[in-house]
Amino acid sequence: MNGGADAISVKGLVKKFGNFTAVDHVSFNVKEGEVFGLLGPNGAGKTTTISILSTIISLTSGSASIFGHDVSRAKDEVRKMIGIVFQDPSLDDELTGRENLDLHARFYGVKGEQKKRAIADVLKLVELDAAADKQVRSYSGGMKRRLEIARGFIHHPHLLFLDEPTIGLDPQTRRKIWEYIKMLNQKEKLTIIITTHYMEEADELCDRIAIIDHGKIIALDTPEKLKDSLGGDIIRIGTNEPTRLVALLKKGKLGATVKEYGGNTVEITAKDGSKLLPRVISLAAKSKIPMEYSTIKRPTLEDVFISMTGKAIRDEEGDGISARMKFMGGRR
Amino acid sequence: MATTIDTIYALWLREIKRYLKSKSRVIGSGGQPLIWLAIFGVGLGSVFVVANGTSYITFMAPGIIGMTLLFSSIFAGVNVIWDKQFGFLKEILVAPVSRVGIVIGKIAGSATLALMNASVILVVVTVFGIIPLSSLSVVGVIEAYIFMALISFVFVSIGLLIASSINNVEGFQVIVNFLIMPLFFLSGAIFPIGSTAPIWMQGLADIDPLKYGVDGMRAALIGIGSGSLWLDMAVMIAVAVAFLLIADWSFKRMQAK
Repeated sequence: MNGGADAISVKGLVKKFGNFTAVDHVSFNVKEGEVFGLLGPNGAGKTTTISILSTIISLTSGSASIFGHDVSRAKDEVRKMIGIVFQDPSLDDELTGRENLDLHARFYGVKGEQKKRAIADVLKLVELDAAADKQVRSYSGGMKRRLEIARGFIHHPHLLFLDEPTIGLDPQTRRKIWEYIKMLNQKEKLTIIITTHYMEEADELCDRIAIIDHGKIIALDTPEKLKDSLGGDIIRIGTNEPTRLVALLKKGKLGATVKEYGGNTVEITAKDGSKLLPRVISLAAKSKIPMEYSTIKRPTLEDVFISMTGKAIRDEEGDGISARMKFMGGRR
Repeated sequence: MATTIDTIYALWLREIKRYLKSKSRVIGSGGQPLIWLAIFGVGLGSVFVVANGTSYITFMAPGIIGMTLLFSSIFAGVNVIWDKQFGFLKEILVAPVSRVGIVIGKIAGSATLALMNASVILVVVTVFGIIPLSSLSVVGVIEAYIFMALISFVFVSIGLLIASSINNVEGFQVIVNFLIMPLFFLSGAIFPIGSTAPIWMQGLADIDPLKYGVDGMRAALIGIGSGSLWLDMAVMIAVAVAFLLIADWSFKRMQAK
């Protein structure tokens, strides 16, 4: 983060499809150099938001600008500044990887020697040099994704949109893609906006996260602060005398929130859980309250989402994956 | 920033590369028209009598070139639907390129392929003497190519126009198949629609752009046109411009899903 001008400025953005409001008065700013995440379940309005920001669909009301260029009035200016990796594949799979990149470079006015060099550079970056001259239809899902990321970056955009960049990929490939994203942000100083419904992905990559549900932003902060907002670590203790244990701990003035969690479990929320746990154990031992087990965990963004919405992020795979399956099936 | 010319060239190049990679398309595209020519040309040749001593199969040859252009041009619209389904259209629509460049690039690519197919037929009918070499002139061949280019331009535009508002291949094929037979049979490609035909049929033939294209080609290649070559050309240019404008409008309106 270098605290420069705003790469994205969104004010009161609304998008309706008929009676359905997909994006409902959303406002946020993304600073230059930042990795900004839109986190939420499928259907929350993430893809709609970045489709508007990337000029693919029109907005209903409100305003949005990319480096000061309005997305509905200065479409070509915006298009020049951005690169985008769509949720669903958008490659010409009859062409080779290199031909796809070549075509993209032409669309963005990258020519001659500069074009050759840019294509060679991005191919090396995503380690596809060896497969560059094979037809894209022979690529694996991970290779296609890497090619799309390379393509999104070939014209050196100021802002890169990544819509669910690792959906449907295996864990190793996902790690690899996370590395590329971090590298692009750090080495190339690229501002990145990423949508995801994977908590750990948002946590791993983003400087700041907007949690979005039913078209509304319900929280916006750094991952650390979002998690801290829950009050700290969560300790759970199994005991057959939960009521006595809660009473005891409340008397002990531990500086923590203590409550019965149900199912013979006591839940303690505290800032420094790992230091607190031994004190809890010795207090219980002195009063001869039997303990069966104890767990301690840092809250995750999932916990943040649950505490804000009262439900878990629906982790079923959405349209993205079904379209991908269909896509692969159709090729056999 | 890519200029409109860069955009047109990039999209043209894409069509050509895709075509050359698919060998079955290269070989298969010339087959059907030649079968038509062989079966109808020979079969109906004994029934039809064409004025001033021209044999029926010679009369029919420019029509078969027109047929080749009609089929390969209008079905090229299916590529737009594939691009929608495979997502590539989004890659095109999000690029900072002029929309009219996209439309002309698509038309140029598909029209080039249609012209290549038609050229194969032209060479074959000349080699087999169906269009006698003696009736060909340099000017005539150039004129014929202008008509061939106009025919493919018009029908690629129509194909794009249909494809821009339809999202699945089956729907596209139903509509195109519905259109293609009347367009073909009313054009005079395999039998002339003369003054003895019913008025309604003459009326329909008059609004069939292919009629003017085939008539122009026939005048240019074998010297028997029913109308004026320049009138034919004027009509074709006007229709081509009109469909380009409509296709451009429909692409501007189109938003990616």
